[in-house]
Amino acid sequence: MFEQSTALLWLAVLGSGLYHGLNPGMGWPLAVSAGLMNGGAGHRGRAHLLRALGPLALGHFAAMLAMLLPFAALATLARHQEEIRLAASALLILAGAALLVWRRHPRALARIPPSRLALWSFAVAIAHGAGLMLLPAYLGLCAAGSAGPEAAGALMAGAAGAALMVAAAHAAAMIAAGGAVALLVHGWLGLSFLRRGWFDLSIVWALSLILVGAATLQPQLWSA
Amino acid sequence: MNLRPDPTFHPSPRMAMAAPPETLAYTLMLSPDFSQPDALAVVDVDPSSGTCGQIVHMLAMPNKGDEFHHFGWNACSSALSPLTGHAFLQRRYLIIPGIRSSRIYVIDTQPDPRKPTIHKIIEPEELFARTGYSRPHTVHCGPEGVYVSTLGGGGADGTDGPPGIFIMDCETFEIRGRWEMDRGPQDKHYDFWWNLPRDYMVSSEWGLPPQYENGVVPEDLLANRYGHSLHFWDLRARRHVQTIDLGANHQMALEVRPAHDPAKEYGFLGVVVDTNNLEGSIWTWWREGGKFHCEKTAAIPAEPADKDALPPLLQGFGAVPPLVTDIDLSLDDRFLYVACWGTGELRQYDVSEPRRPTLAGSVHLGGVVRNTAHPSGKAFGYGPQMLEISRDGKRVYWTNSLYSTWDDQFYPGERGGAMVKADVGPDGGLTLDPAFHVEFPKGYRAHQIRLEGGDCSTDSFCYPNV
Repeated sequence: MFEQSTALLWLAVLGSGLYHGLNPGMGWPLAVSAGLMNGGAGHRGRAHLLRALGPLALGHFAAMLAMLLPFAALATLARHQEEIRLAASALLILAGAALLVWRRHPRALARIPPSRLALWSFAVAIAHGAGLMLLPAYLGLCAAGSAGPEAAGALMAGAAGAALMVAAAHAAAMIAAGGAVALLVHGWLGLSFLRRGWFDLSIVWALSLILVGAATLQPQLWSA
Repeated sequence: MNLRPDPTFHPSPRMAMAAPPETLAYTLMLSPDFSQPDALAVVDVDPSSGTCGQIVHMLAMPNKGDEFHHFGWNACSSALSPLTGHAFLQRRYLIIPGIRSSRIYVIDTQPDPRKPTIHKIIEPEELFARTGYSRPHTVHCGPEGVYVSTLGGGGADGTDGPPGIFIMDCETFEIRGRWEMDRGPQDKHYDFWWNLPRDYMVSSEWGLPPQYENGVVPEDLLANRYGHSLHFWDLRARRHVQTIDLGANHQMALEVRPAHDPAKEYGFLGVVVDTNNLEGSIWTWWREGGKFHCEKTAAIPAEPADKDALPPLLQGFGAVPPLVTDIDLSLDDRFLYVACWGTGELRQYDVSEPRRPTLAGSVHLGGVVRNTAHPSGKAFGYGPQMLEISRDGKRVYWTNSLYSTWDDQFYPGERGGAMVKADVGPDGGLTLDPAFHVEFPKGYRAHQIRLEGGDCSTDSFCYPNV
C-alpha cells in the first residue's frame, strides 16, 4: 500500500510535468523559434533548439522550487499537516478562479527580451501558477517521508530535499514533453502545426488548478 | 472566442503569401476642407464579384476635422509570438487615428466585414492626459499591445515636449501611456517598425506639427529643418540605442520597411527630397556586428519642367521633385514599391540584393506636369501615394492624396480622390488594371488602404521562412 501510493504521487509529479511541457504557453514554440532563427530548419537549427531547452527547463525548475520551498519550511509544523493541506487546496482553487476571472495576460511578461529564456520560463510558470499544481503531490510525499518525531532541522532538510527532487523530476518531464513537440514541429510537422495544434488552454488550465485543489481536500487520495 | 489562433495569423511571411487572396479593402476617406465627417470606405476587390472596384459601404464618423491618414489592426501575426501568448486574439478592430484632431476611433469589422461599425471613440483629451503626445500616426500591434506613433507633443501646436510612441491595450483599447523609457536625442517622429525576435525597433522623422499642418514650410525645407535621422531602439527595454543622421539635405525620412522575414536583419527607408538637387531616395539599413548601418542605395532624379506648368511653390526650381512619399515591400522581400507623388510614377525595384535595388517596373499616373490619365480614360488627380500590396504580391493598390494642405500646394484645385490597382508580372513589371478605378464621393480624398486579413505593411512575423 505504502509503495503503491508513493508511486502514484510520483506519477502525478511526472504527469503534471508532461502536461506543462505540452502546453505551448510554457515555451516549446520558443525552442522552435530559437532553432529556426539561429540555425534554420536543418541540423544546425536542431542544435540551437536543443540548446534553448536548457534555460527553459532551468526556469521552470526554479519556478517549481520557488513554490515548494515555502511549504518545505513549514515541515516543522508536522502537527498542522491538515491545516497546511487545506491552505494548499485553497491556494489552488483561488489561483484557478483568479485565472478564470482575469483572462488577460500579464503585460510584464511582454517586457522580457527573447534572449532571456530562463527568466521568461520562470516568470511564465509563476504567473500561471504552474508550481501550485505540484503542491498536493509534494505534501503527500513529505507526509510519507516523515516516519515519526524528528528534530526540526532534519525535518526541514528532508522536506527541502524532497522539494528539489519533485521540482527536478517535474521539470525533466516538462522539458522532455515540450522538447519532443518542438523537435517534431521543427523537423517534421512544420510551422503550420502552430496554427492547427495551438489550442487556447487558458480555461482548461484554470479548471485543472481548481480540480487539483478540490482533490487535495480528499486526504485519502494524497496520504501515502 | 477563438479556441485556435485566428486563421489570418501566419507564423511566417511565406505562409501568409499562401493564404487566400483578399476580397475587401478598407480605405480611409478625408474631407480636406473639414466640411464633412471623415469616413471609412469598404471597397470590393474580389474579381469574381459583380461590384468589384466599387465602394460597397461607407462608415461616416460622428465628428468633423479628424483628418484620417494611417491606421492599423488591433492584432496581426505578431500575436503568434512564442513569448507573449496572445495567440487567441482576433484580427477584428481597425484603429483609426485622426492625425489632426488626435481623436482615435476603434472600428469593429465583425460580424459583417462589409458593414463595419464604431466600437469605441477615444477623445483627444484622454490621449493628451495619458501620454502628453498628440497627432497619432502609425499603428502596429506588438508584444505589449497596440503601439501608435505620434507627430506632436503637448500644447496647442504640439511642440511642448517631443512626440513619441504610446501603447494601447489590444483588447480594451485603453491608453496605457508612453512607450519610451529613454528616448536619447529623438525629438521628431513619423513611422516605426521592428524585428520582433531580434528585439529592435526602427523609427523615422517627418517634422513637427507647425512644419506640416498648414502646408510645407518652404523656408524650413530649404534650411534643412525637417527630419533627416533614423533611430534604432531596444524594443523590450524601450531604450534608444543609436541614431543615424542621413545628412541634413536628405529631408523627411518617412516610411520604415524592415524585411518581413525576421531572420533577415535589414530594411528600407524612403526619403522625400534632397534639397541639393530635388531627388528622392531609397536607403537600405542593416545590422552588422551589433551596430546599425544605413546607406543611400537608389536615387530618383527630379524632372525639369517649364515654370508655367508648375505650381507657385515649385516655380523657382524649374523642376518637379519625385517626392518619395511612400514605399512598401512585398512579403517575399523581393520587390520594393516606391511612390513618386510629384512626378506621378509608381516604381518597382527588385531588392533581392538589398543594397543594390534594380528598377524592375514602372507605371506613370497623374503627376504635377505629366498628368498621365488612367488607362480607363479617366483622369487621375495628384500622384500615386499610399500603397498597399496584396499578401501574395500579385496586386498593388494605391490612392492619390498625401495630406490635405500639401495636396493643395503641389496640386492646386480639387483633383478628386481615387484608388487604383496594378497587376504584377511573375518576374516583376507592373500593368495598370483598366477596369479598376475607384472614385470617391465629391469633396473626399483617399489615404491609406488596409486589406482584409492583413497586408504588406501590417503584419509582423515571429518565425522565419523555412
